[in-house]
Order: sequence, then structure tokens, then C-alpha cells
Amino acid sequence: MKTIHVFDPAMCCSSGVCGTEVDQQLVSFSADVDWAKQNGAKLERFNLAQQPMEFANNQVVRNFLERSGQEALPLILVDGEVALAGRYPSRSELARWAGIEQAAIPASSGCCSGGKCC
Amino acid sequence: MKFLEQPPRFLFFTGKGGVGKTSIACATAIHLASVGKRVLLVSTDPASNVGQVFGISIGNHITAIPAVPNLAALEIDPQAAAQVYRDRIVGPVRGILPEAVVKGIEEQLSGACTTEIAAFDEFTALLTDTALTKDYDHVIFDTAPTGHTIRLLQLPGAWSGFLEEGKGDASCLGPLAGLEKQREQYKDAVDALADSNRTRLILVARAQLSTLREVARTHDELAGIGLKQQYLVINGVLQSKDVLDDSLAAAIYQREQQAIKAIPEVLKSLPYDEVSLKSFNLVGLDALRQLLVDNPFIGNVHIDEAVKLNEPTLSQLVESIAEDEHGLIMLMGKGGVGKTTIAAAVAVELAHRGLAVHLTTSDPAAHLSETLHGSLENLTVSKIDPHEETERYRQHVLATKGTKLDAQGRALLEEDLRSPCTEEIAVFQAFSRIIKEAGKKFVVMDTAPTGHTLLLLDATGAYHREVTRQMGKTGMHYTTPMMQLQDSKRTKVLIITLAETTPVLEAANLQEDLRRAGIEPWAWVVNNSIAATSTNSPFLRRRATNELHEIEAVKNKYAKRYAVVPLLSEEPIGVKRLLALSELQN
Repeated sequence: MKTIHVFDPAMCCSSGVCGTEVDQQLVSFSADVDWAKQNGAKLERFNLAQQPMEFANNQVVRNFLERSGQEALPLILVDGEVALAGRYPSRSELARWAGIEQAAIPASSGCCSGGKCC
Repeated sequence: MKFLEQPPRFLFFTGKGGVGKTSIACATAIHLASVGKRVLLVSTDPASNVGQVFGISIGNHITAIPAVPNLAALEIDPQAAAQVYRDRIVGPVRGILPEAVVKGIEEQLSGACTTEIAAFDEFTALLTDTALTKDYDHVIFDTAPTGHTIRLLQLPGAWSGFLEEGKGDASCLGPLAGLEKQREQYKDAVDALADSNRTRLILVARAQLSTLREVARTHDELAGIGLKQQYLVINGVLQSKDVLDDSLAAAIYQREQQAIKAIPEVLKSLPYDEVSLKSFNLVGLDALRQLLVDNPFIGNVHIDEAVKLNEPTLSQLVESIAEDEHGLIMLMGKGGVGKTTIAAAVAVELAHRGLAVHLTTSDPAAHLSETLHGSLENLTVSKIDPHEETERYRQHVLATKGTKLDAQGRALLEEDLRSPCTEEIAVFQAFSRIIKEAGKKFVVMDTAPTGHTLLLLDATGAYHREVTRQMGKTGMHYTTPMMQLQDSKRTKVLIITLAETTPVLEAANLQEDLRRAGIEPWAWVVNNSIAATSTNSPFLRRRATNELHEIEAVKNKYAKRYAVVPLLSEEPIGVKRLLALSELQN
């Protein structure tokens, strides 16, 4: 089983309610994370504003921040290697990394459930 | 005084800055100590003068007060507590992560929520650690946590996988991230607050309609989370025997009595005390011993000389605003300092000079703006209801973004949307629809976002997108909305305060907050000044003399430009009386 680490930008809430618009990406991704975990994925999220040590202690993340800045977050590592940067993964991407059977993905429950059709 | 009868172990005094919470808390502590109780007094007043009152320096540890047997005190500085809290999170990565990243994290942790949570963190030990407080019969606090903080700590969802596993998957827990103690301890603290055998909440107000309305909201909110044993104290009430034959004093007396009569329904059932306005300064032990006494013995009455003030008027301030012919004027200040009144006065002054003005107010009491509507050519008035805007925004977010969340996630999102930032964002969104007019005429607003909110919105880019969408098609020359607010030619921020210690300090904090966002307040306005009137009442002259020190501080320490606005004997409603605000009355 692979381990997924998600490095979020500095925000006071991962639900995103603190901006002028609540970010649907964040709300959806939270739901996807929940789903992936229920299906046995090993996944952890780190918020730059809350757990900066996790960013500082990881050489890959630290280099990424120095090179691209915090604007380039989020950064997703799978088993310590960069899998994605600059956007949140879809449900199917999470499933692939975590090795969850694709059949477990519920049929589209709304236009945005897994992809980025919006 | 009813609130002094059979007091439980914990006493909390709450109310907005400047109503006299700290003085009443001190007087209560002295009273209980004098009847033989062992008392610990905890002050979180940023302008804490508790040490000064007792003639020793106290600071952030429990200190026995030699002048008062049985009394010890402790001062918690919420700003310092928040700084310690930030350092705990940011300190270890300083110098390791890029400087810009560290700055961004610090801004995230610079909001009012962080300060409040950090202060609550310090309270927790006093409410739960029996070793720390076992020597005291009573612990008296001159502040109380807000309903939002307590509810957040009560939500089981807020804690899931957070403190227990040390993982940050939860929702809007930003400010909770640095909490050090165990969940059990917070739960015990919240339980202690909600236990009427242990805790009494004393709501402190002044006899003003707007203040009483705010107190009614606090009452509802704290009763809602179980803090049900509440008392009401109205402080600084002018007594009829003290009116003498001064017309201003008579008018204040009338106004205060009307406010007391019109007290909000929910407060009527509370045990109620009135503390009379004193003609002496509340400094020193002797004075504080007399505070809760109706007919204090004060020895020889010294009547202060009438104050002659020669300070800039609002009219002079508006004169230089008018030179720009258009722009955005935003008024900032804590609740109750009279932002709406000053906004109306500025708008009327500008319109009177023949300039086109749009006045927008978020004051729930609309009479002020309604009476203005249609009264002056060039002046339009509109109103935004903060509660409606916030509710609409909350419903919108819940309906559009919360649909896929489970019950627990939804409860958390709902609580997030009760945070004070939400109202600010919702109201500012409403205002941003009107801002675009400022390219052609004057737009005067009685509210403004804090620097913290602006920085957060700017950082996410959401604010930029939002305002670009609002302003984009008007062809105004601008680079970014943030730059429009930072440019004093286009936007002028006026800070409104009262000539009293705590309000001036709170205003100074607002100014610091704006400066972090690169916005330099253009001027300060000292409202409701008695020193700017000619009164014969010894009670009012005492207050006028006290004001001078604060006006000096505004003038020399804080403001680039400033004006002093007199307290009028009649409510400043209608064009004529609003114009009168712009001149000194002595």
C-alpha cells in the first residue's frame, strides 16, 4: 500500500470557508479524502499554517517551496515522490495511487464528484 | 448590588471596550476580599491598569496584592499570548523555510480568532487546574470567551483526529492548531463555564441603545451554549440629582433613561444593577471601594475648570477630503463609537459643498440614514443589513458547498460560518458592489474590512477575482483592488474612537492591523467628546478633563490628521444636527 502525503497551502481552514468564496475544490477534495480513507488508503494532509515543521523536515517539499514558492501548492507526494503539484487530485487519481479498485468509485453522484468537469 | 450576592466560584465580566469591566471587576475583587474571601483577579484588558491601581507590577503570574489582604491578581496580555502561540508554531521553521512562506503562516495566525483562542488557552488552567487555584474562594475575570470559541471547543467533530491523532484533517481549526493541552482539559473548562453552580456571567453595559442591543446578542449567544446564570450591570449612569442645571447633563440623563426603558426584552428578566456615574477618577483603592456604593463619600468636592478645546473640527477634515472631488471614504472602529453618525456627518458635509455623495450604512438602526434620504440634493443613502447578508452568505455556502458533507462535516462547516470573519466577508462583499461608484463620486461607508481579512483575501486571490468582477467593466484605472485601498488619493480610511483609554488602544490596534496590509489610515476622529462642549456639570467636567490626555495621545502618538467631534445634547439625526457635529461647541 502506497502512502499519500498532501501538502496544503497556508489556510486557516482546509474547508476553505475563510475566503470571499468557499473553494469548491477544497470542499470536494475533503470529501474525496474521506472516501479514500474509508477504502483503506493511507493518506495524510498537512497545512502549511498549522504544521510547517512537516514541510521543513521533508527535503523534497522544502526544495519545492524554495524553487516554486507557496503559490505553487498543493503538493502531493506518493511514497515520498512528487505525484502532482498545483492542483488537487481527482478521486480516480487518488484511487490509482492508493490501489483502490476502480469499481469502488461510486457512480457519478453529481457533476463534480470525481473529475474537474466544472 | 445583586451580582455581589452569594457569588459562585467563577465570576466573568463581559462587555465591549470602554464600558468599565475592569473597574467593576477590581471593585468586586476588593469587596469580596474585604468580607474575608480569598480572591484571585484575572485581567485580560490590553490596557490593564490593575497593577497601577494596586501600586505594584503584576504581569503574567499570580501576584499577591499587599495593599489588599486576601487578594491576588494576574494579568494576561491576549496579544502577547497570541504571539507566544504563533512562535510555538512558526519558531521551529524560521530560517528553514523561505522568508515569504514564514510571513504567510504568521498572517494566517494573526486574526482575532487566534488571539481569542490563545487567551482561552491561558484561561483553561485557571478553570480546571485545582492546584493553581485551590487557595482561592473566587476567581474573577474581566472578560469572557465568545460563544464561537466555546461552541468550537464543544463540537465533537472539531476534535476528531485532530488533537488525538495530531493530524490536521479537520476543518476550520486553524487557530486550534497550537493548542497544547489535552482535550479533556478543554472539555472541563467548557463544563465549568456552563455550570451555574460554579460560574456567573455579568454583562456590563452603558445606558445606550446600541450597547444594550449588543449585550442582548452576547446574552443569547452565551445562554445558547449553557452559560445561563447571567446578571446585567449598567455602568456610569447619570443620576437625576446630579443633573443640576446643566443642559447637556439634562439631555444625557434623558437619553440614558430612555435607553434603560427600552432595554431589549431578553435582558429584562435578568437580575439588574445600576452603577451611578462618579465625579471622581476611578484610580486608586479608595476610589474603587466607592464605585459600587450609591452615595459615595468623597470628602471635599473639587470641581474641575471648564475645558477650552482648540482642536481641528470635522468640518476642517472634510475640507481636505472634498479637494479630491471623488473617492472612497471608509470609517473604521469598534462597535458603539459612532461610525454611522460620523459617516452621515461626513456625507452631509460633502453634499453640502455641492459634491455627489453615496452614503452606505450597515447600522441595523436605520433611522439615522432614513431621515437623511431625499433631504439633500446630491446625497443618496443605501443600507446593508449585516445579519441578512451573513445569513444569505451562510445559506448560500451550505447549499452550494456543503451538500456532499456528512453530518459531522456539515456541523463543522456551519460553525466555521459563524466565525466573526464570515460576517465581515459577507458585508464587504455587499459593499464591494457599491465601491465601483467611487470613481465618479464620493462613497462613504460606515464599515471596512480589517487588514487581516484583506491580507487573507488578497493572498487567496479570491478578493482580487471578486472585485475585478465587480469593477472590471467600469473602465476605472486601477491595478489591483488592494492597491486602490492602499492609495490615499482614492481611498481614505478614517479611524473613529472615543476619548477614553481602552477605545483609543483598540483603535491603535486597528491601525496597526491596517498598516500590515499596507493601508495607512488617513485621519482619526475622536467622537462624543465632552471636552468639545461647554458644560457646567461637575460630573461631565471630570470626564472632559480625563479626555484631554487621550486626545493628546491621538494627536501626538497615533494620528496623521485628526478631528474632535462634540457630544451633542440632542441625537444627531437630520441634516441640521449632523452639520453641528462638524464644529466644536465651546
